[in-house]
Amino acid sequence: MADKLKVDSGSRLRFGFYWAASCGGCEIAVLDVNEKILDVVANADILFWPVAMDTKYEDVRAMPDGHMDVCFFNGSIRNSEAKEIAQLLRKKSKVLVAFGSCAHHGCIPGLANLHNRREVFDTAYHREPSLDDSAGTEPKTKTRVKEGDLSLPEFFDHVFPLDRVVDVDYYLPGCPPPVPLILNAVTAIFEGNLPAKGAVLAPVKALCDECARNKHVAKKMPDIRRTWEIQADPEECFLEQGIICMGPATRAGCETRCINGNSPCTGCLGPTPEVTDQGAKMISALGSILKVDAEKEMSEEETKALLDKVKDPVGTFYMYGLASAIINHRRGK
Amino acid sequence: MGKLIIDGIETEAAPSKTVLEVARELGIKIPTLCSHPSLPPYGSCRICVVEAIWKGRSKLHTACTFPAWEGEIRTDSEPVRRLRRNILELMLAEAPEAEDIRALAREFGVEQTRFPVREEKENKKCIMCGLCVRVCQDVVGFAAIGFENRGYRREIAAPFREPSDACTACGACSFVCPTGAIDRRLFAKVEPKPIPSEFDQGTTSRPCIYTPFPQAVPNKPVIDTRNCVYFKNGNCQVCAKVCVPRAVDYEQQDEVLEEEVGAIVVATGFDLFDMKTYGSYGLHRHPDVMSGLDFERLLSASGPTKGEVRRPSDGKVPKRVIFVKCAGSRDAEQGMPYCSKVCCMYSAKHAILYKHRVPDGEALVFYIDVRTAGKDFEEFYKRATDEGVNYVRGKVSKVFRRGDKMVVWGSDTISGRKLEVEADLVVLATAMVPDRSALELARMLKIQHNAHGFFTEAHPKLRPVETATAGFYLAGAAQGPKDIPETVAQASAAASKVLELFSRKELTHDPNVAAVDEDLCSGCGICVDVCPYKARELIERKDGKGWVIKVTEVLCEGCGACSAACPVGACQQANLKDKQIEQMARAGLQD
Amino acid sequence: MSGQFEPKIAGFFCKWCTSAGADLAGTTRLKYPPNVIPVTMFCSSRVDPQYILQAFRDGADGVIIGGCHPGDCHYQAGNYKTMKRIILVKRLMQQMSIDEGRLRLEWISAAEGGKFARIIHEFTEEIRNLGPLQLAQAVAPGHGAKG
Ligand SMILES: Cc1cc2nc3c(=O)[nH]c(=O)nc-3n(C[C@H](O)[C@H](O)[C@H](O)COP(=O)(O)OP(=O)(O)OC[C@H]3O[C@@H](n4cnc5c(N)ncnc54)[C@H](O)[C@@H]3O)c2cc1C
Ligand code: SF4
Ligand code: FES
Repeated sequence: MADKLKVDSGSRLRFGFYWAASCGGCEIAVLDVNEKILDVVANADILFWPVAMDTKYEDVRAMPDGHMDVCFFNGSIRNSEAKEIAQLLRKKSKVLVAFGSCAHHGCIPGLANLHNRREVFDTAYHREPSLDDSAGTEPKTKTRVKEGDLSLPEFFDHVFPLDRVVDVDYYLPGCPPPVPLILNAVTAIFEGNLPAKGAVLAPVKALCDECARNKHVAKKMPDIRRTWEIQADPEECFLEQGIICMGPATRAGCETRCINGNSPCTGCLGPTPEVTDQGAKMISALGSILKVDAEKEMSEEETKALLDKVKDPVGTFYMYGLASAIINHRRGK
Repeated sequence: MGKLIIDGIETEAAPSKTVLEVARELGIKIPTLCSHPSLPPYGSCRICVVEAIWKGRSKLHTACTFPAWEGEIRTDSEPVRRLRRNILELMLAEAPEAEDIRALAREFGVEQTRFPVREEKENKKCIMCGLCVRVCQDVVGFAAIGFENRGYRREIAAPFREPSDACTACGACSFVCPTGAIDRRLFAKVEPKPIPSEFDQGTTSRPCIYTPFPQAVPNKPVIDTRNCVYFKNGNCQVCAKVCVPRAVDYEQQDEVLEEEVGAIVVATGFDLFDMKTYGSYGLHRHPDVMSGLDFERLLSASGPTKGEVRRPSDGKVPKRVIFVKCAGSRDAEQGMPYCSKVCCMYSAKHAILYKHRVPDGEALVFYIDVRTAGKDFEEFYKRATDEGVNYVRGKVSKVFRRGDKMVVWGSDTISGRKLEVEADLVVLATAMVPDRSALELARMLKIQHNAHGFFTEAHPKLRPVETATAGFYLAGAAQGPKDIPETVAQASAAASKVLELFSRKELTHDPNVAAVDEDLCSGCGICVDVCPYKARELIERKDGKGWVIKVTEVLCEGCGACSAACPVGACQQANLKDKQIEQMARAGLQD
Repeated sequence: MSGQFEPKIAGFFCKWCTSAGADLAGTTRLKYPPNVIPVTMFCSSRVDPQYILQAFRDGADGVIIGGCHPGDCHYQAGNYKTMKRIILVKRLMQQMSIDEGRLRLEWISAAEGGKFARIIHEFTEEIRNLGPLQLAQAVAPGHGAKG
C-alpha cells in the first residue's frame, strides 16, 4: 500500500472522509487532532468530507478510480446508502481505512443486531411515546407523492462492519480512535511507513499493559459488582474489586482514558490480534478468575446465582463487538 | 555384695529385687497365687513361702516380699512344704470348689482339709487373696469391688452386693483371679464388650494391645487407643509394667510421614462384597453361614479354632459343609456383574482341606460354572472331585436355620430338580470388590477406575500395569479380581516399570506444554491462578515497563486451562493451538 | 430414517474422563447415535468459549462438553472453570435467541460408558427436536455484497 501511495501522489496527498452509521464522535476526534490537522491540510488536499465541505456523491463518482490516496471511513453499514458509498469510496481510494469502532466492529449501532429491522422500526416509529403514530408512518424505500417518487435508502435487517461489504486496508480502532493513534497513522501515511495490509493501527498488547493500577501476582475476582455498587479504589485493578473491566481482552492504545476517569474499560478498541471473539474471550477469563479460591466449595446453584449478577452479557462483553463477533446477530425466530 | 544361694544355685545378692524375682530369673519355680506383675507384692496368699537361712538361723518368709539379701534360700524344703500344705488345707476350707486350688493341693499331697468349710460363704472358689480388689482399684482405677465385713464373714463384693455402674465389665478382675472365682454379673450392670479381632474376621476377640496378625510388618504390637483403659482414664498401664524392655510408650502419636517419591504403585487390593442385597443367604445373621475368608481363618492353624474345623454356633465339627460359589458375582441385578475369578479355585481348595480335616464329612459345592483357566487348575479341580467333593450345578436361592441345621434351597440344573439340603455349615464364596479406600484414592491420585471401582490400566493389552497418569502403576486385585500368582506377576511387572522409569537419564514429558507469546502478553495475571501447578508467574518485563508471564515448562502438565483463560491468545499450547482445535472441530462439522 | 433431520453436534471431551468413557462405550459395544463429532481435549477447561461459538457458526446444531465430575478433574479444578464459563455462554445464548439447550455440559467419568451412550442419545434427540440451528451469516442485501 505504502508503495502505491509514494508512486502516484506526488507531493500532496489526496484525502477523503466519510461518516456512515455512527454518532459523529469520530469526526470530532479528527478535529481533536487540533492544530496538527493544519499540518495535514498543508500537505494534503481533502477531496471529500461531507461534514465539513460541500461535495456531492456525484463529484466522487466523477473521479477516476483510485484518485483519492486515503479515505477514512467511519460508521457502520446500516443501510443501502452506506453500503453503496462504501463501495464507491473503495473504488475511488487507494487506501481505505476503517476509522473508529463502528467501521471496525459495528460498535454501539451494532447492538441493534439483537433486533431486526421490524423490531427497530416498531420501536422507533410506532412505540415511541412521543410520536403520533396515527398514520402508521415508517420509512419506505419508495414513496409516491404528487410531485413524483421519493426514495430512501433501504434499512438493512442487520448492522455490518465496513469490511463485511468492502475490502478494508487498515483499521483505526476506538470509540472514537484516540488522537495519538490517528496521528501515528497519518504520520505513517505521510512517511510511506504503513504496515502490511489488514493491520490494526494500534498496539498489539491489551490494555492491562498500559494500565497503571496495582497489579498483583495472580488476578482473582472476589465477586461481581456493578460500578455504582462500590466506590472503586482508583489505585487497584477493577477486576480485583469485582468490577468487570474489559481491559485484559481489549487492545491498548487509548492511554487508559476510561480507567483514568475511574471507569472500567468497556472494550472499544476491540480484541488483540490472536483473538476472534473478544466477548467469548472475556467470558472465559472471567470464568477463570471469579471466586477462584472458593469455586470448589460452591454448589452449581450458588455459581449460577453469582453469575446472574452479570446482568447483560451482550452489553457487557460485546458492547462494541457484536456485529463482528463469531455469532454476530440474534438468531431469527 | 554377698552371695545368695537358692536351692544350691549361687548368685549375687540383690536386695532391690525379691527372692521370687531372683528365683524366677534362675528358672526356679515358686508357686504364687496373689502375685501379679501389674501390682506390687502383697504377700496375702502366702503360698510362695520359702525358707531363709542366714548365719545358721532359719526363718519362713513369703518369697514375693522378701528381699534377695545374702544368705541361703530353700524353696522346697520340708518346712516349706509343710507350711504350704497347711495353707492349702486352709484354702480348701475357704474355697472348696476352686479347681486350681485342689490341683495345687494335690501337687503337695493334700486331698482333704481338716478345717471346717465356711458353709455360709457364698463364693466357694474365692481364696480371699484380694488380687481382684487391688487390680480394680490400683490398676484400672475404678474401685468397683471391695472386701465386705470382717473375720469369718469376709467376702469380695460390689457395694451393697448389687451390680453397679462403677463396674464397666472390663474383666481385669476375672483375668487376674487365680481361682476363676469371679462372677462378673454380680458386679456389673453392663455386658462385657469383647473387641473383635479384625484379622480373625471377628470370630475371636483381641486385647487392646495386640499384634495385628502373625505376619504383620513390622511384627510389633500396637495399642488400640479407642479401647485402652489408659487412654480412657490414665490408669492400668499393665502392658508397660510387664514389658521387660520397657518398649510400651503411651505418648507415641500417630505420625503422618511425608515422603517424596518418584513413582507410586497402587496395590490396595480387595474387600469382600457385603452381601447386603442377598438377605436370603443369611450371612451375618446365622453364625453358621460364613464367607470364604471366615472359612480361611477356620482352617488356619493360627485361627480361632487352631485349625480344627468347628462351626461358630456350638463348636461342633460340621459333618456336611455346603460351599456356594458366585455369591454376589456374575449377578448384575443383586451383586456384581463380573466373575471374581478366584472363588472357583479357592472353593475347591476349601472343600479339599475340609475333607482332609474331617474325612467322614461331606463337602457339597453349588456352582454356575467351574472355571479352571490356569496352570494345573483343572487338575486341582479333578482332585477335589476325586477326593469325594460333590459338585451340584445350580444356584442357591435361600439359606435358613432349622433346628441346629442350616437348610439350603437350591436347584440342580443338570437333573432339573429343586433341592433342599441340610448342612452344618454354609460357606459363601463372596464376590471380590475393590478396597473401600479405592474411590477416595482414585480421586486423590487422579487415576481412573471402572464402574465398580477397580483401577483402570492405561491400555488393556499393551500397558496393563501403568495408569494413564504418569508415575502411577497398578498391581494386584486393586486392578481387577485375580489370584496370588497373577498378583505377583503384575506386581513384578509394575516394579520393573518403575525401575525403567528411574533408570532413564532424562524424563520425558508430554510436549503439549503451554507457552507465552511475550509480545502479546499484557501481564494481566489472569492465567496465574488458573494453573494448578504454579507453572505460570508474573514477572517484571526486561525493559521494566510492565509485567509479563513466565512459564516454567517442566511444571506444566498441559491441561490448557490457561490457554482458554488468556484473554488475548498470548498463551498457546504447543501442538494444540486455538486455531488447530477450531480446525479439528470445523473439519468434522463440514464433511 | 431418510428425511429425518440429522443434527450435527460438536463434542469437546476431556481426555481423562469423557473421552475414556466414550472408549468404554465403544469397547463394550454400546450403541449411540453417530451425530457427535468428538474433539479430545486435555481437560474440559481447555475449551475456549470461542470454540463453542465457532462450532455453532460452522454448522453445529448442538455442542456438548464433557468433563470430569466435580472434585475429579485430572488437573484438580479445571472443571469448575469450565462450569462458570459455560453458564455465562448459556446466558449469552439466551440473549442471542439460541436455545440454551443446544449447549450441554456433562460430567462423565471414564467408568461411565453407559452414561456416555445415554447422554449422547438423549442430547441427539433433544437437538433433533430443536431442529436445525441455521445460524447463517447475515448478509447485506444488494449487489456487490462481500460477506
Ligand atoms: C477366601 C479367599 C481365598 C483365596 N485363596 C487364594 C488361594 O488359595 N490362592 C491364590 O492364589 N489366591 C487366593 N485368593 C486371592 C488372593 O487373596 C488375592 O489374589 C490377593 O490377596 C491379592 O493380593 P493384593 O495384594 O492385590 O490385595 P490384598 O491382599 O487385598 O492386599 C491389599 C493390601 O493393601 C492394603 N490397603 C488397602 N487400601 C489401602 C490404602 N488406601 N492405603 C494403604 N494400604 C491399603 C490392605 O490393607 C491390604 O493389606 C483368595 C481370596 C479369597 C477371598
Ligand atoms: S471365579 Fe468361579 S465362583 Fe467366582 S465368580 Fe467366577 S465363576 Fe463364580
Ligand atoms: S481433566 Fe477432565 S475436566 Fe479437567
